[in-house]
Amino acid sequence: MKMYLSVGKLRFVTGLQYRTAAFAGILTQLFFGFVFIMVYVAFYNRSGAQLPMTLQEVVTYIWLQQMFLGLIALYFRDPDIFQLITGGNIAYELCRPCGLYGFWFAKLLATRVSGVVLRCFPLLVAVLLLPNPYGISLPPSITAFLLFLLSLLLGLLIVCAISLLIYISIFWTMSPTGSTLMVATAGEFLAGMILPIPLMPVWMQKLANSLPFRWTVDFPFRVYTGHIAAAEALEGLMIQLFWLALLTGLGLLLINRALRRVVVQGG
Amino acid sequence: MQLYLKYLSILFRSQMQYRTSFWLLTFGQFFIPFSVFAGLYFMFSRFGELQGWSFFETALCFGVIHMAFSLSECFVRGFDVFSSLVVSGEFDRLLVRPRSTIVQVLGSKFEFTRFGRLVQSAVVLGWALWNLPIAWTPLKVLTLMMMVAGGILIFAGIFILNATLCFWTVQGLEVGNLLTDGGREMAQYPLNIYHKRVTLFFTFIIPFGCVSYLPLLFLLDRTQGHGLLYALLPLAAILFLLPCLAVWQFGVRHYRSTGS
Repeated sequence: MKMYLSVGKLRFVTGLQYRTAAFAGILTQLFFGFVFIMVYVAFYNRSGAQLPMTLQEVVTYIWLQQMFLGLIALYFRDPDIFQLITGGNIAYELCRPCGLYGFWFAKLLATRVSGVVLRCFPLLVAVLLLPNPYGISLPPSITAFLLFLLSLLLGLLIVCAISLLIYISIFWTMSPTGSTLMVATAGEFLAGMILPIPLMPVWMQKLANSLPFRWTVDFPFRVYTGHIAAAEALEGLMIQLFWLALLTGLGLLLINRALRRVVVQGG
Repeated sequence: MQLYLKYLSILFRSQMQYRTSFWLLTFGQFFIPFSVFAGLYFMFSRFGELQGWSFFETALCFGVIHMAFSLSECFVRGFDVFSSLVVSGEFDRLLVRPRSTIVQVLGSKFEFTRFGRLVQSAVVLGWALWNLPIAWTPLKVLTLMMMVAGGILIFAGIFILNATLCFWTVQGLEVGNLLTDGGREMAQYPLNIYHKRVTLFFTFIIPFGCVSYLPLLFLLDRTQGHGLLYALLPLAAILFLLPCLAVWQFGVRHYRSTGS
């Protein structure tokens, strides 16, 4: 366990070095957040129909998404691992005296967290100061906020487990590009990255509910806005735990299989 | 021109060496904007309309901008990844050759996999046109083509500006993507739904409005006053590209090699 912690710490410190990149990231995310919100404002302006989410909730949802993009976005990938597998350096990794799954998991986790730590606080200050209707709103209660933190953490772990599954699939496909791109795109849509799940048509919602993706984005953010009440949120946390156990279990199983018949690419 | 075609055929052959990967990437490229478009579709099915714009009208706007974007990504990709040329010092080699730097950088890279994206935007565009009751005249056809062409020029201009920045910063900057990706996100909707100042910026400074929103009004016969003016507005993209090229020339003169 200590070993994994120090791997994570090293990665974390490396990630913190890229401060200019973080600054550029903040600008980009502010800009994109604005564009998305302006589109929603335009949609909500003329609409008299009963909508499943208020504009305020959608705006908060978008800012949370921009703030924690690095934590929950599926497409953030570590090119190192791809190269390890396709380039043959996996042999070195196998010499290390620790489990490969845990090692990679710690690595991914730390990369994501370090990327977000630098960005989310300045961004939070900026969006708190914005005037209505563009600013973020505070969670309705302390309980909602605590539940949000917990669900975000679990969501992060689920994202790492899913991306590890994608990496492991490369042992079989050997080509990291096409298939992973498609899984990531579909996954992001079903996670509610393009539009919040309640705004989707019913059949799409059903599909999203039966897959793990929505527990990483849609669920924590709606817990924050209070759109999902505390009792329901507790239930959701259980489901998150279930998916986490399932996905890590599957990942461990597959990686052991892959390693038993691993072919080290030469060179 | 002949040189450029030569570059293209070499690049095409080299990319075709990895055939499976090529097709998978092309296919994947098809899907990325597809999910964005699906989002757009679902939004309209939820809200009905967007400040007086119907789904197909917005889809037309979306199709034009995405088609322009994917084509410019195909052609101008060399400028997009230009920082790698500067970092490695490769750019010195281009400078000693007796051809214009612009042609050489253009020819240094060409992403054929972006065709996936192109096909997707073409489908959207076709679908939108099929469902819109537009009374076609030759001028309208010309305008539509100029909208796409003008869009390509604007994106090309931004790519070139970003690349020029590398002469001073060496590393490429994320901020550049703000104008290309961000501009694409903005311009895929009719611009008048945004805040007034945003609309003005994207009409007069970076003229996305001149290739999407304003000529769109002409296509849909919603113009007030002189229609011809709206029809010819995509030409404004050239006015944007020219200063970008001038800045590039200025940058080349101030280039200092990294010496590696």
